[in-house]
Amino acid sequence: MRHIISVLLENESGALSRVAGLFSARGYNIESLTVAPTDDPSLSRMTIVTSGSDEIVEQITKQLNKLVDVIKLLDMTAHPHIEREMALVKVRVGEAADREEVKRLTDIFRGRIIDVTQQTYVIEITGEGSKLDAFLEAVSPFPVLEVVRSGVMGIARGDVALQL
Amino acid sequence: MSETSSSSTAITGAEIFCRSLQAEGVDVVFGYPGGAVLHIYDALYRQDKVSHVLVRHEQGAVHAAEGYAKSSDKPGVALVTSGPGATNAITGIADAYMDSVPLVVFTGQVPTSLIGNDAFQEVDTVGITRPCVKHNFLVKDVKDLATTIKKAFYVATTGRPGPVVVDIPKDVTAASCEFEYPESIHMRSYNPTFGGYTGQIDKAVDLILSAKQPMIYTGGGVILGRGSEALTEFTRKLGYPITNTLMGLGGYPASDKQFLGMLGMHGTYEANMAMHHADVLIAIGARFDDRVTGNIEKFCPHAKIVHVDVDPSSISKNVKVDVPIVGEVEPVLRALIKALDAANAKPDPEALDAWWKQIREWQSQDCLKYDRESELIKPQYVVQKFWELTQGDAFVTSDVGQHQMWAAQFYGFDKPNRWINSGGLGTMGVGLPFAMGVQFAHPDATVGCITGEASIQMCIQELSTCYQYQLPIKILNLNNRYLGMVRQWQEFFYQGRYAMSYMDALPDFVKLAEAYGHVGMRIDKPGDVEGAIKEALAQKERLVFLDFLTDQSENVYPMIPAGAGQNEMILV
Repeated sequence: MRHIISVLLENESGALSRVAGLFSARGYNIESLTVAPTDDPSLSRMTIVTSGSDEIVEQITKQLNKLVDVIKLLDMTAHPHIEREMALVKVRVGEAADREEVKRLTDIFRGRIIDVTQQTYVIEITGEGSKLDAFLEAVSPFPVLEVVRSGVMGIARGDVALQL
Repeated sequence: MSETSSSSTAITGAEIFCRSLQAEGVDVVFGYPGGAVLHIYDALYRQDKVSHVLVRHEQGAVHAAEGYAKSSDKPGVALVTSGPGATNAITGIADAYMDSVPLVVFTGQVPTSLIGNDAFQEVDTVGITRPCVKHNFLVKDVKDLATTIKKAFYVATTGRPGPVVVDIPKDVTAASCEFEYPESIHMRSYNPTFGGYTGQIDKAVDLILSAKQPMIYTGGGVILGRGSEALTEFTRKLGYPITNTLMGLGGYPASDKQFLGMLGMHGTYEANMAMHHADVLIAIGARFDDRVTGNIEKFCPHAKIVHVDVDPSSISKNVKVDVPIVGEVEPVLRALIKALDAANAKPDPEALDAWWKQIREWQSQDCLKYDRESELIKPQYVVQKFWELTQGDAFVTSDVGQHQMWAAQFYGFDKPNRWINSGGLGTMGVGLPFAMGVQFAHPDATVGCITGEASIQMCIQELSTCYQYQLPIKILNLNNRYLGMVRQWQEFFYQGRYAMSYMDALPDFVKLAEAYGHVGMRIDKPGDVEGAIKEALAQKERLVFLDFLTDQSENVYPMIPAGAGQNEMILV
C-alpha cells in the first residue's frame, strides 16, 4: 500500500543522505521525496512517498525514527490529509490553433501559463498526482518538450499537525 | 605576557580534544598518528591523563577499542588519521555497529579549505561511514568541538549503543577558542529510551504464567544493558529453561541447570528443540537474527512471543511478536519480577515438570560429544581444558569460524562481559586486537584469544603492539591448516570440493611469536595440551602463542543447515 510519510528533521548537511541511504540500504521503495527548510530554518520538512506491506512500512517509520537527525514523523496515510504536487510543463505551440487548445486545457485543469514565447508555453499545474497525470495525458497530442514534477507534499487535515 | 585575558583562556582544538576526553573519563585511546591528526597527537603528548596505545594498523585500533568496551562498562575510543586511516578503521566501525558496541572513533580530516578538492589523504569519511555508524559528525568550527564530543559520547552510550564517528579537519584542531565542556546535553532529535514502558508488563506476566512449555531466549542486549543479575533472578524465580545467543553468552550462568546452552545454527540440540516446541517464548535483548531463527517460516511455530528490547525497530522486524515491551532490559526485568511477585498465579507445576522431562530427554542426546580417545588433538578438548585450567574465569576473545563456535560451546561463561567475539559482522581478525582492549581494561586478568591459523593472520601485526605494552595474552591457535568453517560447508554442501579453503604455506607460528618477542609453543599431541596451557598460564608476564595442531577433519556439531528449521539439525 502507498504511504505518505512526513518527517521533521534537523536542517543539517548530511541529513538528507541519511534518509536516502536508509532507503537504499534496506531496500525500501521510494516513489518520491521532497525536502525544504521550514519556517524555522533549523528544521527541514521532508515528504516521502513509499509503498510496502504494513510490516515494511512499520519498519520504515521505526528506522526513520532511529536516525539521530529525525525529530518527528507522521504517516499521513493514517489521517485525512491533503496531497499536492506541482508540475511545470513546456509545450511547443507553434500554431495559433494549438495555442488556443493548450490554453483551454490549462484553464480546465486550473493551471497557469507562466512563460510564453512564439513557440512555447510553460504551464504551471498543481494538484494530486492523478490530476497531473491526467493533464499530461490531455496535452500529450502536442509536443511536450519538458516536464518537471516536484514530488508530493502532504499535510493532515484538521487539528492533526506535525510540529515540535 | 602581553596577551589579553580573553585570548589567554582560549585553547586550541587539539587541546580541547584532550580536555574533552579527560572530562569524559577516558583513560585510554587506541590509535595511529598521521598528518591530519598531528596537532592532536602533539596535545596528547603534552598531557598525561589520557594514555594512548599505538597499534600497528587502524583496524586493530578500532577492534581494541571494541574489546575494551565489550569487557568493561565504558565506551571504547579510537583515533586515526584522514584518508587511509579512516578507511582502515571501517571494518572495526561496521563490526561495532552490528554488535551495538559503544564506541567513539575520531578521524582526522584535511583542512576545511581543502575538503572536496581531492586533497592528499582525503576521503569523505562521514559519507563512507554513514551506513555503519549510529551517528557521525563533521566538526567545521572549533567552537562546536567540545559540544560535538559530548554529543558523540552521549549518543554512543545511550539507548541501543553503537559507534559514533567524529571527523575533525586539521585546521579545526589548530584554531583556538574558549573551552567549556557541557555538563549535560539535550538533543531534540535524539530521545533514547530510558527505563521501560511498563504498560505491557501485566499482559506479559499473564502470558508468561500461562505457559506450559516456556522458553527464555536472551541476547547481547542483556549484557549491554547490564541485566544479567536481574535475568538470573527472573529465570530462577520462574524455573523456566533458558538459552543464550552467541552474543548473549554469560548473560546467564552457563553452569546453572536451567541453562540449555547456546541456540541457533550451532546451538545445542536441547536449546533448539525447546525453542521449536515452546508455547511461550520470552525474548530479552535479542534480535531474532537469521543464524538464530533458521528458516523464519519454521521458527517457533507454536509460540506466543514476549519481546523486550531497547530498540523499537528490533521488535517485529523479523518475527511478529505478541507482547512487545520497549525498554532497557534491566528495569524491565525488575518490573517483571515485581509483577510476578504480585501475581496470584504460579507456573503450572505439572506442565513444567513434563516439559523439563522432555528437555532432559533431548539433553541425553549429548549433542556436543566428540571423540575423546582420538590420537589427534580435538579442538573442543583444547577449549575445554582451557576452561578447566582457568576455572571458567578468564576473559575469552575469539575470531570467526569453527574455533569461535567451539569456544562458545565449550567455554562455559558464568559471568557477563567475559566472552568477546564478532557475532553480527563475523569479522575474522578481531580476536587479537579484542584481547588487547580487554587486557587494557583488565590488566591483571587472564585473557585468552581462541583463534585459528587463518583468522590470526588477519591482524597478526598487533603482536608487535602486544610486545610494546607487554600484554600477557594467551593465544590458543586451533591450527587445522584449513579455513575450517569454509571447509565444513564445502564438505557438507559442495561434495568436498575444497576450493581455496586450504591454508598453504603457513608461517612457523612459534618462530613468528618469538620474532615479535613473545613465547611460542607448538603442541601436536593430546597428552601435551594440558601441560602446555598450564605452562602458558604460569607465564604471567608474557604473551604465549600456543599453536595446537588439531584434527583437520573435525566439524562443528550440531548444525542447522541454512534454510532449515530449528528442529532439523545435523547431529554428530
